[in-house]
Amino acid sequence: MLAIKLGFTVMLFFVFEGMILAQDTSNLMNQLEKEVAQNETVYTTATFKSTRIINGHSIETLPAHVLDLRISHRFGPVSSGIYNFFGLDNATMRLGFDYGINSNIMVGVGHSTYQKTYDAFFKAKILRQSTGKLIMPVTATFVSAIALNSLKPRDFDSKPDSGVDINRASYVFQLLIGRKFSGKFSLQIMPTFIHADNISFLHNEHNIFAIGIGGKHKISKRISFNAEYYYQLPGNKAPGSHNVLSFGIDIGTGGHVFQLHFTNSMGLTEKSFITETTGRWDHSDVLFGFNISRVFQLKKKRINN
Amino acid sequence: MRKKIIYSAVFFLFTICVEGNCFSQEYFTKNGRISFFSKATLENITADNNQAISLLNTQTGELRFHVLINAFHFPKAMMEQHFNTDYMESEKYPSSKFKGTIAEINKVDFSKDGSYKVNVNGSLEIHGASKNITGVGAISIKDGKLSATSVFKIILKDYNIDIPSIVINNISQQIEIIVSCQYEKRMSN
Repeated sequence: MLAIKLGFTVMLFFVFEGMILAQDTSNLMNQLEKEVAQNETVYTTATFKSTRIINGHSIETLPAHVLDLRISHRFGPVSSGIYNFFGLDNATMRLGFDYGINSNIMVGVGHSTYQKTYDAFFKAKILRQSTGKLIMPVTATFVSAIALNSLKPRDFDSKPDSGVDINRASYVFQLLIGRKFSGKFSLQIMPTFIHADNISFLHNEHNIFAIGIGGKHKISKRISFNAEYYYQLPGNKAPGSHNVLSFGIDIGTGGHVFQLHFTNSMGLTEKSFITETTGRWDHSDVLFGFNISRVFQLKKKRINN
Repeated sequence: MRKKIIYSAVFFLFTICVEGNCFSQEYFTKNGRISFFSKATLENITADNNQAISLLNTQTGELRFHVLINAFHFPKAMMEQHFNTDYMESEKYPSSKFKGTIAEINKVDFSKDGSYKVNVNGSLEIHGASKNITGVGAISIKDGKLSATSVFKIILKDYNIDIPSIVINNISQQIEIIVSCQYEKRMSN
């Protein structure tokens, strides 16, 4: 009787033991994976493909020591017909250089033919969307830009009594708050404050508040559909100005990003496209434009060998 | 009767504990190093990952790896971005796994210094696709410390990683993978 019981116990024991040994490796592996995952913060990347959605900034900043050469074109209204080659005869363009100081801070300068504007900006990531140990639902980026309109003054500006202060500089402050909701879809909102100049466009109010919304939807691994809209808060919109609405696609090919879009703005700096857009979608003042971005790594990160 | 049950239970638990200490021959690392290298006409591509998890059972020869794709670091930051978004789709497939065995693990004497050439085979999962691979590795024991290295090659096509035609000359189909791990013994319980 005792022998049977003992035999049974031993048998049971071996059965158990076998199960434990077989499962041990998998269990232990899972346990290790879990331990590592718990202690790690995973930052969301590629919320947008580029540092611009269409006209305006996206929450993205350049990686450290990366130089981005950007060429942007906006043509004339498509509705201007074959005589103007559907707008391609009158182009405005901006040539710009952006640089990533570190992975969260970038700066940029540029010149655009529209109003002969020189511009410079500073952009810094304040929050980064993440999961894991540290959970952050959104990425937030601050943008501050200055643009100098170098057009010769209009008549009303050069009146002798208007003095030397012809208010050529415009300032822009933006807070971009964005979230990558899924691998395909990202959205951001952009509360914006603009102090506009008066040299080429009559702003009754120099301080203009606007709120923007922009999104990205990935169509394939390398192509995404983007949309962007800026709404100027009522009461401070300049006469003749309309809100800017743009749709486009981003095509990434490694070092280059091509952004092709339709928009109602010819301006390429924040002050111009947010507050001085004269085109209207419902009057077929839509125009074609593109941005080309080419990145260069100026300083390579050392990886230990 | 009751006493007997208690006795056998105690015996049972005791043996498990003893077994646990004596026979649990598991070695692990959380800082395994995986690098890869690809030679191409335009430029060589190299990346490094120091956060691979690996587990080695010296009794059964079972060998496991778990490698986070976004922990590969490149000298060029933009390359790292493209690697994650365009090629490896690391949000969809965050990790790569290996599940295999070291053949003839019994030949390796873990109790004294020495180094051994071993054959490894198993299934390697990258980018959501699995493929059986075999390779040669080396196990070395020095001052009671266990380390393992291996170099093997994979073909990108096997793992459905496509290269757009525009950069086809810049990226080689064949990638050399270099594995190097220093294992620690797992303290049971």
